[in-house]
Amino acid sequence: MGKTLFEKVWDAHVVTEINQGPAVLYIDKHLIHEVTSPQAFAGLEKRGIKVFRTARTLATPDHNVPTKNQHLPIQEALSRNQVEKLTENCKKFGVTLYGLGHPYQGIVHVIGPELGVTLPGMTIVCGDSHTSTHGAFGSIAFGIGTSEVEQVLATQCLLQTKPKTMKIEVNGKLGKGVTSKDIILYIISKISAAGGTGYFVEYTGSAIKSLSMEARMTICNMSIEMGARGGMIAPDETTFEYIKGREFAPKGEKWEQAVDYWKTLYSDPDATFDKVLTFDAADIEPMITYGTNPGMGIKINGRIPTLSEIEESNKATFIKSLEYMGLQEGTNLIGKQVNYVFIGSCTNSRIEDLRMVANFVKGKKKAPNINAYIIPGSRQVEKQAKAEGIDKILEEAGFELREPGCSACLGMNEDKIPKGEYCVSTSNRNFEGRQGPGARTMLASPLTAAAVAIAGKIVDVREFNLN
Amino acid sequence: MEKFTTITSTIAPLPIEDVDTDQIIPARFLKATTKEGFGQNLFRDWRYDENNNPKKDFVLNDPEFSKAKILVAGKNFGCGSSREHAAWAITDYGFKVVVSSFFADIFKNNALNNGLLPVQVSQEFLNFIFEKVKADKKLQLTVNLEAQTIEIAGHNKKEHFDINEYKKTCLLNGYDDIDYLLSIKDKIEQYEKTSKYLSFVD
Ligand code: SF4
Repeated sequence: MGKTLFEKVWDAHVVTEINQGPAVLYIDKHLIHEVTSPQAFAGLEKRGIKVFRTARTLATPDHNVPTKNQHLPIQEALSRNQVEKLTENCKKFGVTLYGLGHPYQGIVHVIGPELGVTLPGMTIVCGDSHTSTHGAFGSIAFGIGTSEVEQVLATQCLLQTKPKTMKIEVNGKLGKGVTSKDIILYIISKISAAGGTGYFVEYTGSAIKSLSMEARMTICNMSIEMGARGGMIAPDETTFEYIKGREFAPKGEKWEQAVDYWKTLYSDPDATFDKVLTFDAADIEPMITYGTNPGMGIKINGRIPTLSEIEESNKATFIKSLEYMGLQEGTNLIGKQVNYVFIGSCTNSRIEDLRMVANFVKGKKKAPNINAYIIPGSRQVEKQAKAEGIDKILEEAGFELREPGCSACLGMNEDKIPKGEYCVSTSNRNFEGRQGPGARTMLASPLTAAAVAIAGKIVDVREFNLN
Repeated sequence: MEKFTTITSTIAPLPIEDVDTDQIIPARFLKATTKEGFGQNLFRDWRYDENNNPKKDFVLNDPEFSKAKILVAGKNFGCGSSREHAAWAITDYGFKVVVSSFFADIFKNNALNNGLLPVQVSQEFLNFIFEKVKADKKLQLTVNLEAQTIEIAGHNKKEHFDINEYKKTCLLNGYDDIDYLLSIKDKIEQYEKTSKYLSFVD
């Protein structure tokens, strides 16, 4: 019987298996950031052991970093301490670090792909749930906890139980104003924030295959928001084209060998999945969330469900959620005033996202009530945006392009949304307090976020002239 | 890791679904570089108001529930961020077991790696607990890891729960995964010689 893409990559990484227990999985690349690593390094120290494979390990600070004046010391003492601790640990253990100010620094899931570190057929982990992003290249990539970070640092391996596999097929052509972010928000709204738990997902179908690498990353990024451990997409010409020539990508003869191998990475026609879901791209419209988990999404011009439409066991959560959001059941969001917009995060902070936003706001003006955070995913994205004049276009429209980091995606630095304020955000989580205590997050695509920033209220981007 | 033994305790009921790790421990408390002290900020924004006054209606602020060693929560507990700080906060507070009808994957691993036992029960069993604890705040559960059973005291209600055999052995004996992995380093080095990926990169 044939194998799925997931099984091919998994099987190629099993070092050994424990009887009746998990497999020992070899990890090709381990990405590290400042928040989930200090206790792991401390663990190594306590055991008196080294990092087993420093060349397979790469670190950058992103969660805690300011998005202004990164050349100055970090003001907030605890954040500064954590970033310094990362620098110290990397030095002590010989791990490569792209620190603040380094041309390669950025959100860990943005820099991996752009540097050619992320390649098809790999296993990649990071102490961060959105590691699923890297699955867009046909790699098995997933988030881990700090104990597991310690395991990988110590042995380059993890004990893992093989997950079930799910195929999600999206076929057809996307409508006007619909982006890959809308695809994934739509899927999660259909299957719920727990619909993928226990599974590793493969996305396929004509709508997925037609997407650029960056758009594919947006989809895989949010796999975790349906509970799936990760999501992957079979590598194809689009993938190879994207990787070719990048800093750490294989070159010359090795490139040829690599591509030959990567071409074998797809699900065999007779491979079976534990679950298969199929969607039609024509049903997908621009999406927005109204609640406090990513499964609570609706079409931008749709209405919030009524309590009677919600499953019994979920009613308490639904009521609590609407109360937190200050919204009423059964209502429509169009026209609702919003004072904050966040364009950034590992979901939507790449150059194509910024191009999409710049292209939309060009010649328009930001609504006076809007406070906008536009945060590039990395130094390289920032540099590219400046080279293309995107920073100027944004400036003329009343926006500012800041410095790279996670920023208001989780509000660990000073970029926070004030209590009670609505923020249309291109990030991935609308949990209570995620963007600051009391902040009310509505997830949407960069295009919708840009339209909201111009209108000053929730608006259907298709009402604008889209070229 | 501490060895896990049978536990009988009152419970803290949290009948909310999709409790994410941002609620268990908000991001602004993740700046520590050690594992200790997270318990005081467990469920911070549900437990305290903006002026740091305890919110009266939150379960952990009810003295009848605050000493419980078993947390019982709605479906899909621990979703969202991979932060192990969530497991550290729950254990640091004093819980030994979390009961739900469904757990998010990463949380489950993190819990097991910290000697916190996630017990998955049927939705019906979970509803029964929530129902009974309304009338009797002193309701007790017994969790027996060896036998893989969870029992509601005084109600003659018992369920079997699943746990990976390997993880069970680890918990009962207080073993870490890392000890095992370190013991098979030669196998890992052997694997590296055959790796496809490693043949493309320097
Ligand atoms: S941008 Fe947000 S989701 Fe992505 S790694 Fe940073 S904090 Fe996590």
